[in-house]
Amino acid sequence: MSLFTLGIARGLVGQVLGMVIGMLLTCAVRILLGWEAWAAEPAWTVGAVCSIIGFLLGVGSLDDWLKWTKGIPTPMHHGPPVDKPAWTRYFSVDYNHKVIGVQYTVWGILLLMVGGTVAMIFRTELARSGLQFLGLDLYNSFIGMHGMIMIFAILLGVGGMGNYLVPLMIGAEDMAFPRLNALGFWFNVPGSILLLLSLFVGGWDAGWTAYPPLSARGPIGYQLFFLGVFAIGLSSIVGSLNLLVTILRMRPAGMSLFRMPIFCWAVFATSLLQLTATQLIGTSFLMVSVQRAIGMGFFDPRGILGEVSPMVGGGDPVLFQHLFWFYSHPAVYIFVLPGLGIVSELLPVFSRKPLFGYKWIALSSLAIGIVGFIVWGHHMFVSGYNDILRIPFMYATLLVAIPTGVKFFSWLGTIWGGKIHFDTPMLFVLGAISVFLIGGLTGPILATVPTDFPLHDSYFVVGHFHATMFGGFVFPFFAALYYWFPKVTGRMYNETLGKIHFFIMTPAFWVQTLGQMGVGVMGMRRRIADYDPTLGAGQIESWQLAVTIAGFAIAFGVMLMLWNFFQNAEVGVAAGDNPWRSRSPEWQIPSPIPEHSFPAPLRVVGEPYDYGLADSGYVTTASPGDD
Amino acid sequence: MTATAIEHGHEHDHAADDHHHTGEVDLPTYQEYTRRNRLGMWLFFASEAFLFLALLVTRFYLWRGPHGEVVRPELDQFAGLVVTAVLLLSSYFMNRAEVSIANDKRTDFLASLLITAALGTAFLIGVVVWEWGMFPSIVKGHLKPTDGVFGAVVFGMTGMHALHVLSGVVLILNVWWLGRKGHFSSERHWGVEACAIYWHYVDLVWIFFYPAIYLIGSTIEVPH
Ligand code: HEM
Ligand SMILES: [Cu+2]
Repeated sequence: MSLFTLGIARGLVGQVLGMVIGMLLTCAVRILLGWEAWAAEPAWTVGAVCSIIGFLLGVGSLDDWLKWTKGIPTPMHHGPPVDKPAWTRYFSVDYNHKVIGVQYTVWGILLLMVGGTVAMIFRTELARSGLQFLGLDLYNSFIGMHGMIMIFAILLGVGGMGNYLVPLMIGAEDMAFPRLNALGFWFNVPGSILLLLSLFVGGWDAGWTAYPPLSARGPIGYQLFFLGVFAIGLSSIVGSLNLLVTILRMRPAGMSLFRMPIFCWAVFATSLLQLTATQLIGTSFLMVSVQRAIGMGFFDPRGILGEVSPMVGGGDPVLFQHLFWFYSHPAVYIFVLPGLGIVSELLPVFSRKPLFGYKWIALSSLAIGIVGFIVWGHHMFVSGYNDILRIPFMYATLLVAIPTGVKFFSWLGTIWGGKIHFDTPMLFVLGAISVFLIGGLTGPILATVPTDFPLHDSYFVVGHFHATMFGGFVFPFFAALYYWFPKVTGRMYNETLGKIHFFIMTPAFWVQTLGQMGVGVMGMRRRIADYDPTLGAGQIESWQLAVTIAGFAIAFGVMLMLWNFFQNAEVGVAAGDNPWRSRSPEWQIPSPIPEHSFPAPLRVVGEPYDYGLADSGYVTTASPGDD
Repeated sequence: MTATAIEHGHEHDHAADDHHHTGEVDLPTYQEYTRRNRLGMWLFFASEAFLFLALLVTRFYLWRGPHGEVVRPELDQFAGLVVTAVLLLSSYFMNRAEVSIANDKRTDFLASLLITAALGTAFLIGVVVWEWGMFPSIVKGHLKPTDGVFGAVVFGMTGMHALHVLSGVVLILNVWWLGRKGHFSSERHWGVEACAIYWHYVDLVWIFFYPAIYLIGSTIEVPH
């Protein structure tokens, strides 16, 4: 078997070839136009676009569609490839949603490790004041890189959970559009490669938000960064479209929307946001990209229209912020809604009690999603937009607290009086709640205009969003990994190691996030490599050191988890089909799940969360003839 | 985004073939596949709507006069009117193509597709040569992309729209070619339907873009 039986290897070759062809093409056109043949920025930009296409062609994700354009039928192949070892399907185009779910998750974890490594580097730099080993520009490239890689990782984790779980939870054979599903995953690979490559062509020093005018002037790295985000954005759009159609059209008879497992509601709300809002980050980055490439001055602030001619100026960088945050605020809900869905999904299982207020939780996800569209201006209180706008944005933001509160009370109601089992997944769910509470409570402080003025662009904001993202994504994601590991592999992870991971990571995270907020209040600014050691009455250095140590502890915990999974995936204790005694459909079938998940269409015979009700079930997987 | 269009364009025109090959599980019917495809297509439009909305917002945000009034650049009104008329007319022929295949009138179907593609191409030429002035030896345009916010927004909006028209023309030609090979029937022509609604959608977008670029607001004196 040669290396090139693996789709990903062919894809990478395709990406390199695409890059080269794109660059040559650019040179050729420039020569035809009578210009100097080589210009670095256009060559890299066109090369990067072609490199994405090259990857997709190489990996084979476009094969079936190319056949359709010629009218050649493409029957669906089920099961592992016939002439290759079964494991190769994980490295090639495969249309089974369980394979794609694992691909998403593993690629997400890899990015999590890369992003974490970057963070460890600049955290080491920050442990002491003064500049130790990072320059100012490289430091800025690193924090932006950390932020964007982590966003990619989160989107991949979200995609992984959605793809793997949703069809199983609603008893569907697969996703509605399996080919589109595979394409959705494979976009991420060339996208993340471009993002990493951008470091080698100058990086980008404006942070993950890439505000112009800086981003319109900085190094070539910006163009690769924009294109990487584009690829991931396309993945988000096609992936969410697929999940929406799957949820809306592929549920079995009897499973009304309000009888789905609650995680599906979270995915539904998330997908609505992803489908629509993602276009805005794409558009705003595209506008900066063309401003750099051909001088279209959307954000070129030379003068204000009316004072200068609209033929030479009139652009406005604040417009970028509006467009950007119109995506990027809803984006934070894209990151956390699935995680909050995991919390709601797991609490009843480990408390052996019904989920408290199912309908309210379902609708609160939708409400958070909708309100999330009208609050973007809370990121712009000091941007210089019309003062009047601050007030509606402040109140709209505070409104989000209501549906978020609904979730909290429903979680408390679910745990209340339950027979709680403290297995590792449950520990991470409880950790998630504690951490999300910290993040949630600091949100209104930032959303209130007078308190945001001093805190904006300080490390307090960094503390806030790490708490919300860890509480809303990282902790629930880890809970989900532990919880569904036995379903995916058929083996049990080591419970003791899992618990050690939890008891290292949770207190470490509290120290990290509160420490970040603390140095922020002392006057530490975001995105500055150096700070004044006399801040906070000379205490700031020890706080920074504490944050750095906590960060390393978290990284150690994550390594423990990965080692635990790695160790037990093949040789761990057999887990049985339903170790958690869950009522959800995916636990009623064998572990690991066979190629065709369900032997017969699901029949819904009860409510999803009636834990503790004797002799009741949610679904049966047997065909009607069997009973 | 053409990939999506194409997925929806032809997915499971072969549903029946699938059925024979696997046989293990009950596959949904062609009608069910079409319902899924249709929903997917509309969701795709919903997504795209946000792209076009962003461009419209940009236009109304940036094109403001000294007192905040809505302004627009001096463009070739005649060119705008002609390309708009051409595009609207093309939608009629696209619809005719779809109705024809549903009634098994194959010659009409193929001819209408070709006319639609031709009109679409005419629209593209109108925009690129006439309005943009890409070939100054033929027509000299009014604006360059680098001409401040007027240039940026005009080229941004018409460019993004033209890209969609272009992908639509490619799709139509592909459908025409498959149609000639007898790929569609009166019952099974989801590919044609997808192509048609995509085309109408692109047309609809122009109905919003045209007045935003050409009609709304007052032109202001531009010192050259
Ligand atoms: C749901 C979980 C949440 C997540 C994932 C989240 C995430 C974020 C992120 C990533 C930022 C920083 C953006 C940047 O790089 O500048 C941020 C800032 C902010 N968040 Fe949150 N947030 C959440 C909840 C909330 C809540 C509930 C509120 C208010 C009630 C809130 C209010 C704010 C405000 C006002 C800012 C802007 C602060 C500033 O830049 O001055 N957030 N949030
Ligand atoms: Cu926000």
